[in-house]
Amino acid sequence: MDRFVFLLGTGLARGTLFALFALSLVLIWRATRIVNFAAGAMAIVGVYVGVAVTGVTGSYWWGLVATVLAGGLVGLVVERGVLRFASPRSPLSGVILAIGLVIVLQSLLGIAFGQQHEPVPAPFSDRPLRVGGVPLLSPYDVFVVVVALGLMAVLRLLFVRTTLGLQLRAAAFAPEVARLLGVRVARMRTVGWVLAAAAASLAALLAVPKELGLNPHAADMLFVYAFTVAVVGGLDSPGGALLAGLTVGVVMSLVTGYLGATLAPVAVLALLVVVLLMRPSGLFAQAEARRA
Amino acid sequence: MSLLRTLPMRRHPRRTAGTLVALVTIVPLAACSTPTASPGVDEETVTIGTHTPLTGPAAAGYSSISAAASAYFDYLNDNGGIHGRSIEYVVKDDAYNPATTQTVVRELVQEDEVLAVVNGLGTPTHSAVLDYLNENGVPDLFVASGSPSWDQPETYPWTFGYNADYITEGKVLAHHAQQTYDDAVYCVLGQDDDFGTDFTVGLTTVLDELASTQTYSVSNQDVTAQIGAMQAAGCTVNFLATVNGFTALALGTAAKMGYRAQWLSSSSGGDYPTLVGYLGEDVGPALLEGFVSTNYLPFSADDPWVELFQKVNDEYNDGAPFTGNTVFGMSVAYTFAEALARAGEDPTRESLVEALESGEVVGNGIVPLQFGKESRRAFGGVGITVVEGGVQDYVGEVYTTDTGDGDVVVYDGEAVALENEGIPEG
Amino acid sequence: MSARRTLLLAVGGLVLAIGLTFLLDPYRNYQLAIAAAYLCATAGLTVLVGLSGQLSLGHAALMAAGGYGYALTSQALTTAGVGGLPRFLAATVAAAVAAGVLGLLLGLAGARLHGPYLAGLTLTLVVAVPAAAASVGALQGDRGIRTQFEGVPGPLRTLIALEQWQAWVALAVAAVAVTGLVLVRDGRTGLRMRAVRDDEVAAALAGIAPARVKVLAFVVSSVTAGLGGAVLTFVTQSVSPGAYTVSLSLLLLVAVVVGGLGSLLGAALGAVLLVLLPWLVGTLTDALPLPSQVTQRLDGTLALLIFGLLLILLVAGAPGGLAGALTTARARRRARRRPPAPGPTAARPVPTGGDDPTGPAARPGPVGPTATRPGEPVRTPTEG
Repeated sequence: MDRFVFLLGTGLARGTLFALFALSLVLIWRATRIVNFAAGAMAIVGVYVGVAVTGVTGSYWWGLVATVLAGGLVGLVVERGVLRFASPRSPLSGVILAIGLVIVLQSLLGIAFGQQHEPVPAPFSDRPLRVGGVPLLSPYDVFVVVVALGLMAVLRLLFVRTTLGLQLRAAAFAPEVARLLGVRVARMRTVGWVLAAAAASLAALLAVPKELGLNPHAADMLFVYAFTVAVVGGLDSPGGALLAGLTVGVVMSLVTGYLGATLAPVAVLALLVVVLLMRPSGLFAQAEARRA
Repeated sequence: MSLLRTLPMRRHPRRTAGTLVALVTIVPLAACSTPTASPGVDEETVTIGTHTPLTGPAAAGYSSISAAASAYFDYLNDNGGIHGRSIEYVVKDDAYNPATTQTVVRELVQEDEVLAVVNGLGTPTHSAVLDYLNENGVPDLFVASGSPSWDQPETYPWTFGYNADYITEGKVLAHHAQQTYDDAVYCVLGQDDDFGTDFTVGLTTVLDELASTQTYSVSNQDVTAQIGAMQAAGCTVNFLATVNGFTALALGTAAKMGYRAQWLSSSSGGDYPTLVGYLGEDVGPALLEGFVSTNYLPFSADDPWVELFQKVNDEYNDGAPFTGNTVFGMSVAYTFAEALARAGEDPTRESLVEALESGEVVGNGIVPLQFGKESRRAFGGVGITVVEGGVQDYVGEVYTTDTGDGDVVVYDGEAVALENEGIPEG
Repeated sequence: MSARRTLLLAVGGLVLAIGLTFLLDPYRNYQLAIAAAYLCATAGLTVLVGLSGQLSLGHAALMAAGGYGYALTSQALTTAGVGGLPRFLAATVAAAVAAGVLGLLLGLAGARLHGPYLAGLTLTLVVAVPAAAASVGALQGDRGIRTQFEGVPGPLRTLIALEQWQAWVALAVAAVAVTGLVLVRDGRTGLRMRAVRDDEVAAALAGIAPARVKVLAFVVSSVTAGLGGAVLTFVTQSVSPGAYTVSLSLLLLVAVVVGGLGSLLGAALGAVLLVLLPWLVGTLTDALPLPSQVTQRLDGTLALLIFGLLLILLVAGAPGGLAGALTTARARRRARRRPPAPGPTAARPVPTGGDDPTGPAARPGPVGPTATRPGEPVRTPTEG
């Protein structure tokens, strides 16, 4: 039983990171109907900037701020400079441009910084607190959970309570109508990209201390699992992303713990297949879409 | 080869299957080079090559090896080379993909016409070209992998290993643990491939049983579940068949969980400077205090080999971080130079292999190389290193053993001494 | 064009291609064989994406299924004492079946899923298949399965080198795969695929079962990808998980897009590019007088960078890919010869990226769940 609780705790901590990253994919999907395959590579650019700033200032928090800002800037540049060439008639061209971007960014980072992993310190202790003798969440995990939940709350407020949020939603769901009503659709798209890229950079910065360290490929697997999470949760649903993220994290942890690490990706595939066969648009897509 | 130029190039692109396939064939032709006495050898240079991951996720751990080897060859070349020839080291990226390895090794052999493939890296990747190199009689020297499968002189006479094999490392570490720790509960964390499997075979040859056997996959950088299982099983002495990154993850994760145990690692994941790089300068040294690892190459800071390599690293490798990979790459380069020096004034593929089979090529390790007519095994033994006060150094005995169930015995010979500034003479 | 003419041209083209192998040195022939293996996969992928509008990021996994199917069958037959041509044929058929079955399962799921959901499923598949292959004992882990060496048959042995023989076999399999795809594309099935891609509802009203057509497209595409895996396994004499990773999947997609979606000629160009570009760039960096530290950083990475840039530039500037650019150039040449006639030209408008990239060309997406449909047709100037 202790072991189960322990694996559950580990899985939840990891799942939060998946959820946070998946949230950025959901944001872009809602804003532009594009799945951002470049999210991982773009986020890592932000993290490189943040780590450099931490190195100069000696403060993790300035680095965090820089990561978020740099991530947003990358989002702006990518949307205005690259993704605007995506053909509006083909949903594929956005995907393919993004894949090109992944390759370009990872090569550039590799040429500029080399391939070795660089350690990224965590701002809080990573030593788990024991609950009833079982090591559960560490202060750092709690920090991640708080940031993730906080970010979701802020975005929810933004989307539901502000004019900007209304415009964002209008531009995403009915661009033509929104344009007729005076919403600057293209600008809303850009705002969506900036928000999403900043969130992804933040998620990557939080994830890196729990992995090998910073290198051009550091967010590759994070992206793959986060994408799975977004699809399981329903690409339209931030709440779905959170729940699916936790589910995928726990499934991976339990499978690794009881069946072996190699089978974890297979288990994630199985989960995805089961969910998609039951609900082809993910667990929460329809309810959310209707509300919007 | 001039035929292509005289071919009528007027074509009618029709959308048909046949012409599509035909189009594929229009690939540029490389100029045919004039045949020489031996491939890869001319008046001034000896050309050799390697395959190694320079891109993709595996590049992080290994790309510094070929850079270090290249630097050492530059040093040799600036000091007159071998028999008056300089050595050109062609490094090909295979991204750790066995299919790409096949392509780049063929390119090395057929286009670059290398004398030998030296230090091809990785078990799955190099396995893919083992047959090809041996069928074509290309010396396949100093494979960068501890798989015992390179030592098959009957089947693969052209292939020579380099790393101490994983079975030997497992046996020696298990023996060392038996001698050192009382009432220990032994466990292992291994990579989910032949590295982990072979190492564990070595362990269980010596130890009766392991309380817990955990595996990890390189695609999942979260080992909390595995470390948790070892903690739950009450393991006190943990063996690691992990690459450096995952050694760091294992130790870091255990520390976070407040789990203290003795860690003993294979040389493939036991390099102190690299581990500190992963863990960070602040916490790394504290976590690694008392960490045990095998090694077979010179590593003490005052060792003449290490001093030479540091000098070469500063002058020819842009002062890159000096790690176990640096020593490994330069040792391989030195060993190849030594073999080349023993292969005669005008080396050929055959004379290179004969030189290695003669047993005269001893390398620069803490035990001399074991190559011979019946052996393709490089190192028959390893030493034990311990981190003490932030310094990783050899302690106690050096042990030798076989890959079967033979005993682990103390080696009473000397390490190979540095001669002539590391520039082998024929 | 009639099926008979297609077949005749296929045979003729194959003979021509085999003739051309005599002009190449062994390494070029080896590259040709690898390109032919990739062609099987890219041709299948371009038909799937371009004709049926389904995006797969999992074609590396389908190739792997083919590779393992080939290797296991070849191994079993070798044990049973079967060798030579029967072994090769049986193993190749097994590869097609293995990939086809996986493709069928994927297609069944895919027919229910829309664009990004299908992409997500296939992406997860391509991560999971190598993991599964590495953990199943019979597939021999990371090092994979070695297959029996298929040398040059006796009578030819004095005439041609091993690599040339491998290129012949690879070309023959690729010819079969591509011919099959041409027949599908030009036949009723191809018509139905395009109908379903352009408008599922209209297609259904016309008596076409969209789900069945989509599944069929997946199976056809998977079978050819499986053949590609078989060829790769035949040529490299081994199959291992590390050869079929996500990056191969992405590169296959790059090849298809660079060549021009939906175009089989483009698939061939893309396959050649996959093989040649790393080599070209490597040769270039070696030739440049750069310090060795710089070369080390650029080795391998620069080729990838160029791949990525090429992809972005092509999608942004020439959405029809290389094949599309060829068609456009041809049309322009023709137009220059003739007096300009009113009517549509082959060149398609490129979005200029003004204030609103959705432009009047885009259909206003309906509010609600249907907005997730990848409904807009993927038109390519080369199809037809």
